[in-house]
Amino acid sequence: MANPMVRSFLQAVSSEEVTPPLRVVQMEGLAVLKIIKHCNEFSPALVTGQLLGLDVGSVLEVTNCFPFPTREEDEEVEADGANYQLEMMRCLREVNVDNNTVGWYQSTLLGSFQTVELIETFMNYQENIRRCVCIIYDPSRSSQGALALKALKLTDSFMDLYRNNNFTGEKLREKKLSWVDIFEEIPIKVSNSALASAFMTELEPESPVAQCDYDRLKLSTAPYVERNLEFLIDCMEDLSAEQNKFQYYYRNLSRQQAQQQAWLQKRRVENMARKAAGEEPLPEEDPSNPIFKPIPEPSRLDSYLITNQISNYCNQINGVAGQNFNRLYMMKALQEN
Amino acid sequence: MAVLQFFPPSSPIVSARLHPVVLFNICDCYVRRPDQADRVIGTLLGSVSDGVVEIKNSYAVPHNESADQVALDVEYHRNMYMSHLKVNPKEVLVGWFSTGFGVSGGSSLIHDFYVKELKDSVKDLKDAQNSVPPLHLTVDTGFRNGEASIKAYVSVNLSLGDRPLAAQFQEIPLDLRMIEAERVGFDILKTTVVDKLPNDLEGMEASMERLYALIDDIYKYVDDVVEGRAAPDNDIGRFLADTLALVPKISPAAFDKVFNDRIQDNLALVYLSSLIRAQLGIAEKLNTAAQIL
Repeated sequence: MANPMVRSFLQAVSSEEVTPPLRVVQMEGLAVLKIIKHCNEFSPALVTGQLLGLDVGSVLEVTNCFPFPTREEDEEVEADGANYQLEMMRCLREVNVDNNTVGWYQSTLLGSFQTVELIETFMNYQENIRRCVCIIYDPSRSSQGALALKALKLTDSFMDLYRNNNFTGEKLREKKLSWVDIFEEIPIKVSNSALASAFMTELEPESPVAQCDYDRLKLSTAPYVERNLEFLIDCMEDLSAEQNKFQYYYRNLSRQQAQQQAWLQKRRVENMARKAAGEEPLPEEDPSNPIFKPIPEPSRLDSYLITNQISNYCNQINGVAGQNFNRLYMMKALQEN
Repeated sequence: MAVLQFFPPSSPIVSARLHPVVLFNICDCYVRRPDQADRVIGTLLGSVSDGVVEIKNSYAVPHNESADQVALDVEYHRNMYMSHLKVNPKEVLVGWFSTGFGVSGGSSLIHDFYVKELKDSVKDLKDAQNSVPPLHLTVDTGFRNGEASIKAYVSVNLSLGDRPLAAQFQEIPLDLRMIEAERVGFDILKTTVVDKLPNDLEGMEASMERLYALIDDIYKYVDDVVEGRAAPDNDIGRFLADTLALVPKISPAAFDKVFNDRIQDNLALVYLSSLIRAQLGIAEKLNTAAQIL
């Protein structure tokens, strides 16, 4: 008697798999250390690399990674890059490393990573892999003592819009997509194999204070904050340039509307005259007239990305300011004693 | 009378320094090894400076081991080496690793192979500094003595007159300070699962708690010494006095001024960033507002 709980193979194959939404990215300590090492070595240049791992349910596991060589010139690098990737994947397969690409990582400078290139790369990856993620590492923030690792993904609604390349105000209002909805940040969990954690427990130094504490308790954060502010100011300038573009567009639009109305009035008057004279009325539309040509609406993608960057800088500044307050009050307490 | 001669290596290796990435990589390779293999063998990459070898990267090489024979996949090793050199041309071959305790017979064969590889790679790179013989690292994943023993060896050729006799693996001091791992935070790397990466303020809190605990300890110690419960130690006392003298001596008025200035700077930053966020909110509303035509 067939157990009703057990589905036949045919049933299992034919039923659609519902992919649970990605909730957490689980990274191995090895991958974290490798990313940090690679990014730190080449900072301030920006580097990228590939992530390997497994896609399990609502968890995306990243178990290993390898760096990409930096491209000096752009000629015939496409073939080289692809060859390198294939070679590495093949070699890693031989030592039983997961051969499955789950995304890529890149380093950034103070958080200015939201660019169109990032979105393009995402779209490229998304075509081949069902679920991919991008890990962003910020070496400059990590020198402040925080581990600046972020896992990013494009939201589905944004991807649909991007595919249609349609960023007009109408569409965005329809989908209720604002600038926060472009990227989705996924929390990162770190896991280690039992062997690695055994070694680390053994090798942990006896001292109660670690290097990260020294970094965090430093009083001089001025260079970091200064650079942050510089970038922020640049972004604000970009944003105001975008705003000007929009203003220009709206002004043109309203001027065109006025012209259209005027022309329509004239046509109507003419038609009245013609009707009085008994002739055929002229059509009220004239597509060949240049004032009826629709003006293309500027895409809002850039301004959204810039807004994202600005908000990122603001967050970072807030974080540093908070830490500064802590440190200053501590200094004050020390001084009083 | 035959004399046993030690040939010291051409440029003496004083010590080695291991980066935590390498250790993690070795552990990962060991966990993923094929079932019939007893141990994992691989290449070490890094750089040499002033007799200190820094081991920065590594990769496992598939091998076949039987009772008296060891076969290493040379093609694989060369391919991976080329690939790694593409990313970082400064990380060169510095030796090899194997898991397992102590140095076994087959190890000397593999070591000879790596000596030859190093000579070949030197010809490729024309790096005069690289006349250092390769290093052999053993990582005891079996925890044989109940502790983690990671040792580094250099091979020295023993010869009787002109005939080579044996190779002696001499241990060299290995520096296992994990500064990079400390930066990441040992809590993250020590446990098997970490649920959340700490953000700025949480990390700050943890650091301050540690500092507080330290100050508490010192306080207790000083109290004990003063009341005669603990034996006074001149060195510690001097150290404490030096540390306390590091707090700069400025008049309260001057300190207040500096302090207030800094606080106001920070407050201005916070105000600025809140202002900008408000601006962003307004801009967004304006941009996507319905156009009334």
